[in-house]
Amino acid sequence: MCFPESTDDVAFAVQIANQFKMPFVARGSGTGLAGGATPLDGALVIVTTRMNRIIEVDPSARYAWVEPGVLNLDLTRAVTYLGVHYAPDPSSQQACTIGGNVGTNAGGPHCLAAGVTSAHVLAVDVVLPDGSIERLGSLAPDTPGLDLRGGFVGSEGTMGIATRIAVRLTPNPPEIRTLLADFTAIDDASAAVSAIIAAGIVPAALEMMDAQITRAVEDFVGAGFPRDAEAVLLVEVSGLLGGVEIESDAIDRVCREHGARTVRVAVDPDERALLWKGRKSAFGAVARIAPDYYLHDAVVPRTKLVPVIRRVYEIAEQYELICMNVFHAGDGNLHPLLVFDGREPGIWDRVHAAGDAILTACIEAGGVLSGEHGIGLEKRDAMTLVFDADDLDLQARVRDAFDPDGLANPEKILPKGSRCGEIQRVPEGAWI
Amino acid sequence: MAAGARWAELASTVAAADAVVAVGAGTHADIGGAVVGATEVTVPAGIVAFEPADMTATVNAGTTFAELAHALAEAGQECPLDPRDAEATVGGIVACGLSGARRLGLGPLRNQLLEVTFVTADGRVVRGGGPTVKNVTGYDIPRLFTGSLGTLGILVQVIVRTQPIAAASQWFRSVRDPFDLVAALPDAATIRWDGTETHILLEGHQADIDAQVCAVALEPALPGPQPGTLPDGPHRGRISVEPNRISELADGLRGLDARWAAELGVGTVHIAADDPVAVSAARDVAHHCGGWLLREAGAPELDPFGASFPAAAVQRRLRTALDPTGKLSPGRVPATAPASPVGAAA
Repeated sequence: MCFPESTDDVAFAVQIANQFKMPFVARGSGTGLAGGATPLDGALVIVTTRMNRIIEVDPSARYAWVEPGVLNLDLTRAVTYLGVHYAPDPSSQQACTIGGNVGTNAGGPHCLAAGVTSAHVLAVDVVLPDGSIERLGSLAPDTPGLDLRGGFVGSEGTMGIATRIAVRLTPNPPEIRTLLADFTAIDDASAAVSAIIAAGIVPAALEMMDAQITRAVEDFVGAGFPRDAEAVLLVEVSGLLGGVEIESDAIDRVCREHGARTVRVAVDPDERALLWKGRKSAFGAVARIAPDYYLHDAVVPRTKLVPVIRRVYEIAEQYELICMNVFHAGDGNLHPLLVFDGREPGIWDRVHAAGDAILTACIEAGGVLSGEHGIGLEKRDAMTLVFDADDLDLQARVRDAFDPDGLANPEKILPKGSRCGEIQRVPEGAWI
Repeated sequence: MAAGARWAELASTVAAADAVVAVGAGTHADIGGAVVGATEVTVPAGIVAFEPADMTATVNAGTTFAELAHALAEAGQECPLDPRDAEATVGGIVACGLSGARRLGLGPLRNQLLEVTFVTADGRVVRGGGPTVKNVTGYDIPRLFTGSLGTLGILVQVIVRTQPIAAASQWFRSVRDPFDLVAALPDAATIRWDGTETHILLEGHQADIDAQVCAVALEPALPGPQPGTLPDGPHRGRISVEPNRISELADGLRGLDARWAAELGVGTVHIAADDPVAVSAARDVAHHCGGWLLREAGAPELDPFGASFPAAAVQRRLRTALDPTGKLSPGRVPATAPASPVGAAA
């Protein structure tokens, strides 16, 4: 394990790894949920937490250069006084690093309108797997040739290590309105989500919490969530005043038409902050129910939310597991939590079987494996559910183009056997 | 499925060919180097699926932007690709990496693209990305295809994001310092400056447009030609420069016999001229300001890119990994010089 403090340090570490043909893994805060930063086979762990400087902030051109170890929320806090923020806001934003966010192409509640990390990374200085240093992307809108920056973001450390990142800063919206709608049936809440989007509204955030998670959060944070609701929607609209008023009125109406008992509007920034604290504390609150949880991250088309959510509960019931749902409903990004006590005999088999069934149900509905957490180790072997052999072979070729020697975070993302048919491939070591 | 059969036929054509190039509407055929002696193929057109409530559309790559826009508009939606020529095909727009005219407000092309299906050099039909609006399942193949100029595979189908058409949309002009306007109007769809006049497109709810007009003292655009029209001419280029350096760039462009329009806050500057020498001179100005100029039309003697590709070794390996014999759009990008041997430091 090493703790580099500069790009050159990282390059040096990677060169040493190359010299000894030793695999290496970049790691930030280790908050990842898919095992992407878990070292295997004696890999060298290159920890970026000491590279935590904000190098440059330009509020007029709306960008900042940061080192990968800068914490997500620290960046937003550091630039707030300039009237801008860094838009992607994973629930772990107090602890996770920008470098890790780049690795996983992280999301967060406010990515519904703003887009995930890849839409907010302009350029990235990378130590490539051979130890060389390159800048991918630029502050200019386009770079000559292929968009390697786009390929790199979300590559989970398999294409090299980001050592400096130019992120886009987003102007703070002049108006924000946060609504909390409570429902007596989960189907009604799901239908309200689809109806809001179908009405042509893309809120800044559109989050759903079911009855169990709402109660757990309320016990934990005391944010004033209704304990007797079957589901709550936390909806935020932001922007210019006129649009915010029109859209929040429309959302209020759609929620009531779909059976919302009450729609409460946060009266001030403190109340808004409290509601968001509740939402972002959800995973911590779960610890009050049972010691362990298994969290999924599948995405389904937004029009399929009602049947898929219903199916998720049926699967949990079938495997006699507690299932709680707190998720980014607006973009169809589910986070079913299977909550359990790992000491119970045989429980892990049931949890894994239920997890597989949930993933399969999501994919049958036209969904994908992960919306923001990444594939890592956890979902690697499920890749065959969404991609065929030719699709995976192509992805393997792309990866190998960045990392011909296969030293950068091997064993992640692509299942074994992805490199099918070595047809037409140039032999290793050839001049091409 | 008819498209599937067509794809299979296309795949066998590609597999058998020594050199192959996909041809769209030909509206942007001067981007990149000329492809000579390759088998020309076309790909199917048509909207395959459009679910307004999901805000996604599945489109065959041969579909023209005009057809896509028409289909989406029936449900009050759009996909802001906004090419210069609406007859451009969706596949061509993606391959050429053409971001829309409202990039400032609505983001670059790469943010609109969710999934790509393409025929590989060895004749397989491969899919990358996914159909949902949020997805990190596997490598981001769609972004790699954006601007790949037909060198990674032949696009046959894409899934794009769609969005509601704004309730109101109106052009304005202003005599204020154009760079102040960028700060004062963070919600503008585009702010265009030609060195003399600034035109601003505001979109959204009418009340918000009115409020911005009032706060920033904008004047209605003069009647006449559409104010957002990009400069036209037989020889054209597109400069990409840090948005902070547009002012400096403009100083250099002023002496040239060229028409230009800068997208403020973005860093794209569109150049048109009657004489290719002016485009070449504009490239020199771009280089001086740390940017580069992509030839978009005409100027046959001008190098298409005039700039080296960053991380060239990776770019070469990527192209070679997907197209080992160099059969896809040969000549479009600079011929591959010998790359570093695998494993050696670049």
